[in-house]
Amino acid sequence: MTDYQLIVVGGGPAGLAAAIAAWEEGLTKILVVERDRDLGGILNQCIHNGFGLHHFGEELTGPEYAGRFVQKLAETGVSVLTDAMVLEVTPEKQVRLVSREMGYQELTAQAVVLAMGCRERTRGAIGTPGTRPAGVFTAGAAQRYVNIEGQMPGKRVVILGSGDIGLIMARRMTLEGAKVLACVELMPYSGGLTRNIVQCLQDYDIPLYLSHTITEIRGKNRLSGVTVAQVGPDRAPIPGTEQDFACDTLLLSVGLVPENELTRAAGIPIDPHTNGAVVYENRETECPGIFACGNVLQVHDLVDYVTAESELAGRAAAAYLAGGCPADDEPYIAVDAGAAIGYTVPQRIRPGKIDKSAELFFRVRAPMKKSRILVTSGGVQLAAYPRERLAPGEMERIQLPKSLLQKAMGSITVSAEEVAE
Amino acid sequence: MYDVAIVGCGVIGAATAYALARYDAKVVVLEAENDVATGTTKANSAILHAGYDPKPGTKMARLNVEGVALAAEICEALDVPRKACGSLVVAFTEAELPTLQTLLAQGQASGVPGLQLLGGAEARALEPNLSAEAVGALYAPTAAIVSPWDYALAMAEVAVKNGVTLCRNTRVTGIEKTVAGWALETTGGAVSARYIVNAAGLGAEALHNLVAPHRFTTQPNRGEYDLLDKSEGARVNHVVFQCPTAAGKGVLVAPTVHGNCIVGPTAEPVAGEDTATTAAGITALEAAAKKSIPSVNLRATIRSFAGVRANTDDPDFIIETAVPGFIDLAGIRSPGLSAAPAIGLEAVRLLQENGFAAPKKAYFDNTRRVTRFAALPPAEKAALAAKKPAYGRVICRCETVTEGEILDAIHTPIPPVSVDGVKRRTGAGMGRCQGGFCGPRVLELLAKESGLPPEKIPQDKAGSNILLGQTKQGKGE
Repeated sequence: MTDYQLIVVGGGPAGLAAAIAAWEEGLTKILVVERDRDLGGILNQCIHNGFGLHHFGEELTGPEYAGRFVQKLAETGVSVLTDAMVLEVTPEKQVRLVSREMGYQELTAQAVVLAMGCRERTRGAIGTPGTRPAGVFTAGAAQRYVNIEGQMPGKRVVILGSGDIGLIMARRMTLEGAKVLACVELMPYSGGLTRNIVQCLQDYDIPLYLSHTITEIRGKNRLSGVTVAQVGPDRAPIPGTEQDFACDTLLLSVGLVPENELTRAAGIPIDPHTNGAVVYENRETECPGIFACGNVLQVHDLVDYVTAESELAGRAAAAYLAGGCPADDEPYIAVDAGAAIGYTVPQRIRPGKIDKSAELFFRVRAPMKKSRILVTSGGVQLAAYPRERLAPGEMERIQLPKSLLQKAMGSITVSAEEVAE
Repeated sequence: MYDVAIVGCGVIGAATAYALARYDAKVVVLEAENDVATGTTKANSAILHAGYDPKPGTKMARLNVEGVALAAEICEALDVPRKACGSLVVAFTEAELPTLQTLLAQGQASGVPGLQLLGGAEARALEPNLSAEAVGALYAPTAAIVSPWDYALAMAEVAVKNGVTLCRNTRVTGIEKTVAGWALETTGGAVSARYIVNAAGLGAEALHNLVAPHRFTTQPNRGEYDLLDKSEGARVNHVVFQCPTAAGKGVLVAPTVHGNCIVGPTAEPVAGEDTATTAAGITALEAAAKKSIPSVNLRATIRSFAGVRANTDDPDFIIETAVPGFIDLAGIRSPGLSAAPAIGLEAVRLLQENGFAAPKKAYFDNTRRVTRFAALPPAEKAALAAKKPAYGRVICRCETVTEGEILDAIHTPIPPVSVDGVKRRTGAGMGRCQGGFCGPRVLELLAKESGLPPEKIPQDKAGSNILLGQTKQGKGE
């Protein structure tokens, strides 16, 4: 006898959707473990709108979007433990956790859904030279201070990186009376959603410096300024293009990293391209009965897709239990990221496990004009999907019909190429 | 009137205070910053060197060997993370092999135990990720790694617990000779003492010059480092040095006691306490580290930092009476961390030469215990969290530091006043997210426990404020 049928690690949008889906599929003993004091994850500090267009057909704020799932969860019999940190998940699905309320516990489950989300890349990871004063924040940390604590992390702001959180914070800081001097992006294109470039930078006359980076951080105790320089095609700063900005705050929006420490410690294989677990079509990892979904699996652009993916994982966990928790030996088709494609999720598809079709998510490496997405196997083209444009900031998805997968020879490759207008 | 005023509370000031705390004397430590160990002590290779590097017969050589032996006892008694992992000095060409012979001879002359010359294959057997180019190595089993700030903090805390007074935010601005001793003018008010110990690090020359003729010139020298994620923590098992050159001991790759990997340092003269990192330094480190360990992954860097060595124009440590009643402990660069407790004892001896005659105390409390939740076995974790719920709340996710540990730190003899002060004491914020998640929670705890508003809590030194006011709080313009 296990303590729970399913333990969900993480009570953000992914964990909530997975738990609700598993409940709706008939599981009755489910526990959601959340490290923060409240359910909802990072959505709780995302007070801007734009969430839910796909899932609910309306624009919600982050807390509203999370609130709908929190309320729905409350109507189920799913148990919730907040302010609790999972310290270890074993391949045998033992979950070791600690909480203020319950102390240290070792719980067992028949299935586990990993939904720990992601964290922000830091200054150390990008190696920006200079001093180490206060006033350098990841955009999400600044967002927490402003939106949750009601505190201002600074007044004159430069933003490095044009990821969505950075863009959102450019607008947020401006609305709170700060002067945002610049948004600096290393690449020749933004990593954020187009709507955020328009609504958060252009609407507030905040300049976006593409192909630029920060070459020096200055200030002894509090940040006093940064040097911004243009970069060449090799992304190295071009001497002579430096300009100085006097600022007290630098926000970093330079990428997100899935938080897979528990996954790695459990010995579950990780895809070096997603930094998330290698998963099958139903989001099951290589460890039977352990599933992963949401930003811990792949950094999503829209929470709506997190929800859809997590519902898939939650239903799959229920099916795994219904089927008597089989050790899996069903043949699979490996999905390879080909030309112009950064990664794919899932990485493996078992044709025998899908109903009509499998949905495949991926991102392109660089912006592309009118293009087509190709699915090939053994050099033979199986399908082509036209697209008007492609951008790394936006997740792409295609449907792979079961009939197509049955034609595949062991593996398929997804690639993209531009076509003449 | 104090018997002794120690100026500076880096590892040298702390070790001196720790040594003096055993005597029945009134001792004060004057620290310019808001915390101990914020200068050179916190930004170095974190290594207790075996002692083969300094020329035999120098103060450096003797105090290094004595210091690391003392360090083993002190770290044990005061619960300071230390690991005797041993070190390898690696030769990459036949031409470098004589350097290993020289180091071996120096070490043997200075009494370094257990030194052994290894061939390339033997070295690779000890250190599997070592470069195929390695042709030989000097193995020193007594080299160890330590948490340098914890080491200094532990000695300072125990000194305070045994009656030493620590004054933080107290920068010495002037010194006058008086009949009884010295009158010190500080940013914290007037202080008088019979004796002064100058442990002011990069400020030691200026302090010396207040009371004595010019004797040495400081030549600040910056060393840059990269600290790598714990995913690189098992890349090396030993401290892996390259053959030393005139510029210093060269770039090392080493494990840290916290489970990370450290790469560094560079060596570059700078004007003053310039701890900025540079693009050139970050690039140079990568090439140098890969020479020793080709597979080391510098992309796993979680923090780049720099420290400034208090080099002087004297090749040896300057540990001497400057003028009667005023002792210099200056020019303490590598192996200063290794030598620290021996330098502390040397300072006491010099004070005694100058007339300090206090007897030893009957009782000295040489204990310190730190609860480190993450390191406990499951049963102890369970017992602790059951007894005190604050140990059940994890604040720092990356390093698994609990609220209980942070509250413990806030109630030590030298409580932290900054977010980085909490980091140095508990490890909260030292991990891969670098305080992105736990920083606001630590700040909240510091504000709550101190009763100060959040915007008064600094990141590190005074003036490093994190928050610059409140939002409009929905009130509009």
